Amino acid sequence: MSTYVAPRVDQSDRTVAENKLGRLLVAPAIILMLIVTAFPMLRALWLSVYDYSLTAPDDRSFVGLRNYTTALTDSLFWSTTLNTVFIMVVTVAVELVIGFIFAMVMHRIIFARGVIRTSILIPYGIITVVSGFAWQFAFSNNNGFVNDWLPLVGADFNWFGQYGSAMAAIMVSEIWKTTPFMSLLLLAGLAQVSEDMIEAAKVDGASWWQRLWKVILPNMRSAIMVAVLFRALDAYRIFDNIFVMTAGAQGTESVSFLTYRQVIEQFQLGMGSALSVLLFLSVLVVAFVIVKVFRVDLAAARREG
Amino acid sequence: MIGSSVLTACGSDGGGKVTLNWYINPDAQETVDKIAKNCSTDDYSIAVQLLPNNATEQRTQLARRLAAKDSSTDLMNLDPIFVPEFASAGWLEPFVDDLSSQALGEDVLAGAAATATWDGQVVVVPQWSNTQVLWYRKSLAEAAGLDMSKPVTWKQIIDGAADNGGKVGVQGNKYEGYVVWINSMIMGAGGNIVTDTEAGRDAKIEIDSDAGRDAATIIKQLADSKAAQADLSVSNEGTSLAGLLESKANPGPGSFNVNWTFVYKNQVDAEANGDLVKGATKDLGWARWPATVEGEESRPPIGGIQVGVGAYSKHTEMAQEAALCVTNSDAQEALAVEAGLFPSRGSVYESKALTDAFPEDLLALFRESIDAAGPRPQSPYYSQISSAVQSVWHPPSSVEPDKTPEESAKFLSDVLAGKRLL
Repeated sequence: MSTYVAPRVDQSDRTVAENKLGRLLVAPAIILMLIVTAFPMLRALWLSVYDYSLTAPDDRSFVGLRNYTTALTDSLFWSTTLNTVFIMVVTVAVELVIGFIFAMVMHRIIFARGVIRTSILIPYGIITVVSGFAWQFAFSNNNGFVNDWLPLVGADFNWFGQYGSAMAAIMVSEIWKTTPFMSLLLLAGLAQVSEDMIEAAKVDGASWWQRLWKVILPNMRSAIMVAVLFRALDAYRIFDNIFVMTAGAQGTESVSFLTYRQVIEQFQLGMGSALSVLLFLSVLVVAFVIVKVFRVDLAAARREG
Repeated sequence: MIGSSVLTACGSDGGGKVTLNWYINPDAQETVDKIAKNCSTDDYSIAVQLLPNNATEQRTQLARRLAAKDSSTDLMNLDPIFVPEFASAGWLEPFVDDLSSQALGEDVLAGAAATATWDGQVVVVPQWSNTQVLWYRKSLAEAAGLDMSKPVTWKQIIDGAADNGGKVGVQGNKYEGYVVWINSMIMGAGGNIVTDTEAGRDAKIEIDSDAGRDAATIIKQLADSKAAQADLSVSNEGTSLAGLLESKANPGPGSFNVNWTFVYKNQVDAEANGDLVKGATKDLGWARWPATVEGEESRPPIGGIQVGVGAYSKHTEMAQEAALCVTNSDAQEALAVEAGLFPSRGSVYESKALTDAFPEDLLALFRESIDAAGPRPQSPYYSQISSAVQSVWHPPSSVEPDKTPEESAKFLSDVLAGKRLL
C-alpha cells in the first residue's frame, strides 16, 4: 500500500513540489548509503580482479577473472559452500519447528506472560561469540556437562575431534542463539490470524491438528516466508560459532570463514575480495530461490481458495 | 581537551617531549616496562602498548595499522617469521650505515642475525631468541643405551624410546609448531622447503627432495612407532611435555621431547608446585636438537622477538636509537634473568647474572643452538607456505616418504601461483 502512486494525470503543482522536496530530503541518506555500502562493494569488485597481497604491494598485477576461476574450480570452495548450505538447511528447519512451538507458547500463555516471553527471548540478546564460547565449554570433554548428561556418550568423547560431532555442536549453538528471532517473527504472524476464523473452524468441528494445518499455517504463510528468508540469509553467513568453536578444523569451514582466512590471515586481498563477491552472489541466489519457492506455494494456495 | 592531549602526544615541533609507541607482545611485561623507562631520554619517552596474546592476531593488528600508514607505530616487536612480510611491504625503516653494524654486530648469534635482514638491508634488531633443544629423562636415555654427550639422531631416540616403553614428544597439531618441526628436520638433512624466497611468488620449491623424504621418513617412523604420543595429531608445546619427567599422573619411563627454552624453568616450577614427584628435575637432561641424518649437524628451530621501526613513524631516527637501546646487552640480560627469554647476543651468555641463574652447560647449549639454527623460509608469502605445508603433511600418520613431499611441492607451487585456495 505504501508503494501506491497517484496516476500521473492527477499530479498537481503541489504534488510535484512535494515530490521534489521529498527527494531533496532523502538525498543525504542516499548519498551516505552510497558512501558506506556502494563504495566498499565497488572496491571489492575492483580488488577481486587483481593478484594483490597486502605484504607485497609492488607485486600487484591485474589477473582478470583468474581469482574467480581459481575459486570456482577449487574443491575447497565447493566443500565449504556445501557445508554452509548444510548448516543453513538444518538450522533453519530445526529453528522453524522449535520457533513455532515457542511462538505458540508466547501467543497462548495466560499466566506469567511477561516472564515467559522474556525468558524465551534471552538467548537472542546474547552476543554470538559469547554463546559460541559457552557452548564450546559445555561440549568440552574436560570441563563440559554435555558428556555427563548424554547417555551413550563416553565422558572423554571429544566433540570437536571429527566432522559430524563438531558440526552438531556448532549447529546446536547456532540454533540455541537464533531460535528466539524466528519465534518473534512467527509470533507476529500468529497475531495476524483472526480468532474468528479459528472459532469458525472449531464450530465446524475441525480438530486441533486440522485447525493448525488448514487455518493457522496458511494464514501466516507470509510471516513464515519472511522468517525463513531472514534466517536463511543470516545462517548462510555463519562465522562466529565456527571461529570460536573449531576455527575451521575438521572441515567445518563456512564460506565466510574461508573468505576471512584469505583476507585477514593470508592478506590476499584479491582472492579474498573475489570470494566475498561470490559470497554476496550466493546470498542473492539463496534469497531468489526462497522467494521463488514461496511464491509458487502462495499461488497454489490461492487456487485452492 | 581532546585536541590539547593529542597535541602534547605528538608535539615534537612545539619543543615538547616526543612519545614513541612501542607495540609489544605480552611477554615479560614488567621487564619490558623497565627497559622502556631506562631507554627513554630527554628527547623522547617510550610508551609500551600491548598487542593481543595470539601471534596471528599480533601480526594482523600491526599489519592493519601499517597498511593504513599509521604514524603512531614507532617501534614494534615482531616474530622473525613476520619480518619478510613486513619488510617487503615497505613497513619497516631499514637500519643503514653505522646503525646497521650496531644492530647486527658480530656479537649477534648467526641464527638470530639470519632472520633480521631483507633484501640486503638490516630491517629489525634481534632482542631475544628462542630455540629448541632435545629435553629428555636421563634414566630413559640410559636405558636406551644412548650416549647423550654426542649428537643423537631421530632414529636413535625413536627406537630407544619405543624399546623401553618411553615416548618421543613433538608438536604434531595442524599449526605453526608442526612446520617448525618439519622445517628443522629438512634443514638438518641439508635441504629447504623453499629457496630464493626474495623472489616472492616465484620462489624455488625444494621440499620434494632427498631432504624432504628424510623428514617424511622420520615422521612416518614416529607415527607408526609405540613411541608416538597418543595425541600426536593434536599435540602442541604444552601437551607434548606430559610424561617427560616423573609425576603421579605419569609414572612411566619418561620421554624425549623437542621443545623451546621455557621447558627448564617450567619443569623446575612444576616440581616446586608438586606437579612432579620430588627430585624429578634431577633426571632432566638436555642435548642438541636431534640430527636428521647421522653425521650431519642438526639445524634447531629459531624463534624470538625482534624490534622493528615503523616506516610511517614521524620520528624514525629517534625510534631507531630507541630500538638499539631496548635490544642492547643490558636489556637482553634483564630479559634472560627476569623472564627466561634468552639473549641474541653471544657475549650476554657470559654475564654473571645469567651463569648464576642457569646451569652453564644449558646456557652453552642454547647459545650454540641459536648460532646454528635453521630459520623457517624468509618469504613475504610465509603464512601461505606454512599453511600449504600443514595441509598436506597433517596428520603425521598420513605422511608417506615417497608421496607427501612430492604432493606438497605441487600444492605449494599451485598455492604460490594463485591457482589453489588455502
